[in-house]
Amino acid sequence: MGTVTVKKPARRGRTDPRAGGARGKPVTWRAKLRRDWPLLLMNLPMLLLVVAFWWIPGLGNIIAFQDYSPYSGGILGSPVIGFTNFALLFQDPQFLRAIVNTLSITAFQLIFYFPVPIMLALLLNSVVSARLRAFVQGVVYLPYFFSWVLVVAIFQQMFGGAGLLAQLLRERGHEGVDWMTNSDTFILLLTTQTIWKDAGWGAIIFLAALSTINPSLYEAAAVDGAKRWRRMWHITLPGLRPVIILLLILRLGDALNVGFEQFMLQRGAVGSEVSEVFDTFVFYSGLRTGDLGYGAAAGLFKGLVGLLLIVAANRVAHAFGERGVYSRS
Amino acid sequence: MTLLATRKKKPSGLAAWEEPPSPAGRVGKGAVLTVIVLAVLLPLYTIVLTSLSSKATVNRVGGLVLIPEGITFDAYIQIFSDTVVRRAVLVATGVTVVGTAISLGVSILGAYSLARPGSFLHRPLLFAVLLMFVFFPGLIPVYLMVSGLGLKDTYWSLILPTAVSAFNVVVMRAFFMNIPGEIMDSARIDGAGEFRILWRIVLPMSKAVTAVVGLFYAVGYWNAWFNAMLYLEDTRKWPLALVLRQYVVDSNPLPTATVGVTGAGDMPPTLAIKMAIVVVAVVPALVIYPFVQRHFTKGVLIGAVKG
Repeated sequence: MGTVTVKKPARRGRTDPRAGGARGKPVTWRAKLRRDWPLLLMNLPMLLLVVAFWWIPGLGNIIAFQDYSPYSGGILGSPVIGFTNFALLFQDPQFLRAIVNTLSITAFQLIFYFPVPIMLALLLNSVVSARLRAFVQGVVYLPYFFSWVLVVAIFQQMFGGAGLLAQLLRERGHEGVDWMTNSDTFILLLTTQTIWKDAGWGAIIFLAALSTINPSLYEAAAVDGAKRWRRMWHITLPGLRPVIILLLILRLGDALNVGFEQFMLQRGAVGSEVSEVFDTFVFYSGLRTGDLGYGAAAGLFKGLVGLLLIVAANRVAHAFGERGVYSRS
Repeated sequence: MTLLATRKKKPSGLAAWEEPPSPAGRVGKGAVLTVIVLAVLLPLYTIVLTSLSSKATVNRVGGLVLIPEGITFDAYIQIFSDTVVRRAVLVATGVTVVGTAISLGVSILGAYSLARPGSFLHRPLLFAVLLMFVFFPGLIPVYLMVSGLGLKDTYWSLILPTAVSAFNVVVMRAFFMNIPGEIMDSARIDGAGEFRILWRIVLPMSKAVTAVVGLFYAVGYWNAWFNAMLYLEDTRKWPLALVLRQYVVDSNPLPTATVGVTGAGDMPPTLAIKMAIVVVAVVPALVIYPFVQRHFTKGVLIGAVKG
């Protein structure tokens, strides 16, 4: 789940007894350092890892502007070629295909995946027996913890050419099916896999939202004669609205991320025509071919457009009065 | 958005004002729930059963087995007598244990160090972590960094690049920040240092979030195969997830495998061996899952939603 809201210091405005001196005077940075050095020490391992594997590579993206080769002097010695890599990207049909595929998959999943956790949460919430509900929850959360390799393996065994479905159909004298290698239905297969793996876990957040709806609202509505469906329409759905809007906006901000492993794993079976997305493009057209500058340009393009989308999505979230992934500090 | 982290227990019966569900509604709901539960459990059932089936059964059925018949552990004996799978299980276990320990340690320390607004350099340090949410440096620069540090072909390449998850750190931090500051203040007055406060007071109060974040990290390491494919040229260092990918999903023969290549004689059938590997890959999650499951709502939501 990509929803993280970060609490701003709750005590801003009021003085934190530890943030000020004895009489509420601001402490000098030296005093702060003397007081807080254990915290810095605690932060250090994380900082080192984040800098080494996030921020330095982030700066390493300058190879996107180079004709990079590890043999011609690496990142310092490779000739700078400006935006040539980016210009080439937009003439590369495979890259354009990656853009189109990524956006179509996002759009498709917004329609066919996004409502599923909501419906599942409504269904679970309506189960009267607490034990039955706990059991079903336990079962549907489970696939979230399986790897994509496992999920693809399981789907192969179910819907592949030699899978269970084909086998049952053949036993009854029908044609077998092979959904795993059919590139026309790949987007459907992909979404089904995502639903199977993630929808249960995705329902958690809606279940939590449902549990905050004041039960006396339902009671009052029932007393006024509202039946089950009217109560759902007039109380439950409005209660879920803020979460739904927030997650929808976040998903739009994350539009370029459609996952990676699912496509890597099934590329061989369905072909790159339908399975090329940004991340696989970076891998196959950059890393595999050794054209690292070119691949980095594609990666940087995705990173920057993604950054813009997230910022824009947060603006919209704030406009709706929601907090978004980050709040203004 | 304010979501409570704790789920109020609904009374097991209906409220007095609530109309009892119609018989048709109950049947319909029951049917839908059954389908959902079966959609998850049936594949697992048939995979486990096939892994336990003899060659005769698998050949007769012509694929996955649905009805138990002639249970045998041959496939498991076979894969564990084979060095490739045995090594892969060992590697995956080692990477998961060491990686989870490192990730959890670094994240707990890091989250605690960021849980106090107004401390020295608090904002820039928090910013460094939060920016991870909005920008990903890209595959290739990270690859160059890992190669540059000389981590290629070492197990560290499977651990260090993914050791810190900003999401998990932020979840833990939010959880720590919900602990009343007075408790820590009183410990401080009694002369406890930060490390002691973290170890003696904060951690014992944060079991739920530690369990869930630990599970996330462990599952992440256990399931990871892409970094292994990228960084490990020595196939003997492959973790189980990559073996699963090569042998089960892509049906490539294993590099030095004795398993499944022959498939003749009294060897267990290839399909049973494949399914046995699937089962071995899924078992750790199934075993740990029930213990962590009860912490899910509390551990995840308090951090992620209530924040």
